[in-house]
Amino acid sequence: MSKDKKEKRNLLAIEKPLEDLYQKLEDLKKLAEAGKMELTEEVRQMEKRIEAKRKDLFTNLTPIQTVQIARHLYRPTTLDYIGYIFEDFVELHGDRNFSDDPALVSGLAKLAGRSVVVLGQQKGKSTKENIARNFGMANPEGYRKALRVMRIAERYGRPIISFIDTPGAYCGIGAEERGQAEAIAKNLREMAELTVPFISIVTGEGGSGGALGIGMGNRVLMLEFAIYSVISPEGCASILFRDAKRANDAAVAMKITAKDLLELGIIDDIIKEPAGAAHNNPEQAAVNIKNALINNLEPLLTLSHRELIADRYNKFRKMGIFEEG
Amino acid sequence: MTSTLSIHNWFKKKQAEKEVLGRERLDIPGGLWVKCYKCGQALFSKDLESNLKVCPKCNYHFKLTSTERIAQLADEKSFKEINANIRSKDFLGFNDAKPYAKRIKDSITKAKLNDAIVTGLGKICDLPCALGIMDFSFMGGSMGSVVGEKVTRLIEEAIVKKCPVIIFSASGGARMQEGIMSLMQMAKTSAALGRLRENSLPFISVLTDPTTGGTTASFAMLGDINLAEPGALICFAGPRVIEQTIRQKLPPGFQRAEYLLDHGMIDCVINRKDLKETLVKILRWFNNVQR
Ligand SMILES: [Zn+2]
Repeated sequence: MSKDKKEKRNLLAIEKPLEDLYQKLEDLKKLAEAGKMELTEEVRQMEKRIEAKRKDLFTNLTPIQTVQIARHLYRPTTLDYIGYIFEDFVELHGDRNFSDDPALVSGLAKLAGRSVVVLGQQKGKSTKENIARNFGMANPEGYRKALRVMRIAERYGRPIISFIDTPGAYCGIGAEERGQAEAIAKNLREMAELTVPFISIVTGEGGSGGALGIGMGNRVLMLEFAIYSVISPEGCASILFRDAKRANDAAVAMKITAKDLLELGIIDDIIKEPAGAAHNNPEQAAVNIKNALINNLEPLLTLSHRELIADRYNKFRKMGIFEEG
Repeated sequence: MTSTLSIHNWFKKKQAEKEVLGRERLDIPGGLWVKCYKCGQALFSKDLESNLKVCPKCNYHFKLTSTERIAQLADEKSFKEINANIRSKDFLGFNDAKPYAKRIKDSITKAKLNDAIVTGLGKICDLPCALGIMDFSFMGGSMGSVVGEKVTRLIEEAIVKKCPVIIFSASGGARMQEGIMSLMQMAKTSAALGRLRENSLPFISVLTDPTTGGTTASFAMLGDINLAEPGALICFAGPRVIEQTIRQKLPPGFQRAEYLLDHGMIDCVINRKDLKETLVKILRWFNNVQR
């Protein structure tokens, strides 16, 4: 595998400082290949330097840099993770009502041998794919499909795992006509009452009601560089700050990073990403997610139907900060 | 061709701006005469009040404050407010054009309310119910922690008292100054409605102008019965957002109550003068009271 080339192509904006180092690494390798010098040690040193620098770059990201990572075209998608984490995946299509929404995928799968239902928004890996997937923005039929497969899980007592990665629920004429608001609202009420263990993971963009519409797990986890917010930083900037360029200010003000949301009690845990973020090593990111899933599922499996519903109700019931008296 | 179109659009935009301005000014009739935002008819404000704030000429339904709504519907002196003293908090230290803390304070003074919803227990024609009335005059009826908490407590109180819940919504959606916490109110209120349903208690949602965003996509759309006032804007994404997304003209009447009725999203569009009678019929149906 031509790893260097691929990594170079995959550099994010914030990784720009690595470009130079990669160039040097390539030069070293060329020299070595030409057989002119023994450079194994130098190559190893350079690789070490790159990794150290990369780690450094990812340590103190601004919220808007995190947004860029969360949204990046190279970021692993829901189907990528499903492929890495689960066995025997059978995709289920359609809401049995209107159509099949390619922006939201769902299916039967096995997690470490256990039958589960998985679902999540699906983004594309190219413009063409993104158009086919509507950039991961589901229509009402997507939310209704999600509920349909959740019901299958419930009927057979299988846990549910949802992957959240969407800019938001789709805003269009058809979406409104077919009841985008009703579809999301109904999911919220029904998710609260599911009698099976339910884990949600924000893997990329957690865009508002479109994210929450499949996100009411007993446990809500978040990848280290994912974001979750009530409105996009750009949207917030243009509405409240009246200047779309102030997206960074909006991102800071709204508290949308995993760390912030853990502090606010919105999420239960942060899943570490490999050095250089998930796209730099999707296999490792998937291993981390799988471990987190298994660890978080374990205690939920011992709860009764009633306890699972109470656990979920109490979790969301507590959310809200206000003054009284 | 293009230039004609753009001039047309410019006029349309100007007209829309005028309408928005006019509407804001006239929805709070202060003077003796009020001009109807929709048809332009000059109305004597006393006449407008006695007509439940509906234009006698074109049936435009002016926005009501929570106080006016309670006065129109609840039996005299029957309404007892609950959780009146919950107030919003600027826990993010949010500062857009104005610090949120200041915005809350100013809104309390301006709207003479502690937040964007008034909740309580009352009676309509002797039928007990838990009533929530959103008030657009407080920060555009936006839903933050307080609205979410008051709606949830109202529902929980109804479960204790074993009575139906009626909520009048009027909301610009989530309160962005509370970040993700405002989003979570959608989950909280919808989960509470699930409990209400488990207890076989009805929820009647009355959607008034405007009901949008996170409010629509949570409790407002979850009525056993969804009623709406004529002409009310009811949507998930606002018309402007949609226009920007799809760059396409929106169909006439799009996202208005009648349009939602046509698309199967609400049960009936009810004129304000018939609202009380309709609610009573529905409450009696649930109560199974013999007449
Ligand atoms: Zn009129």
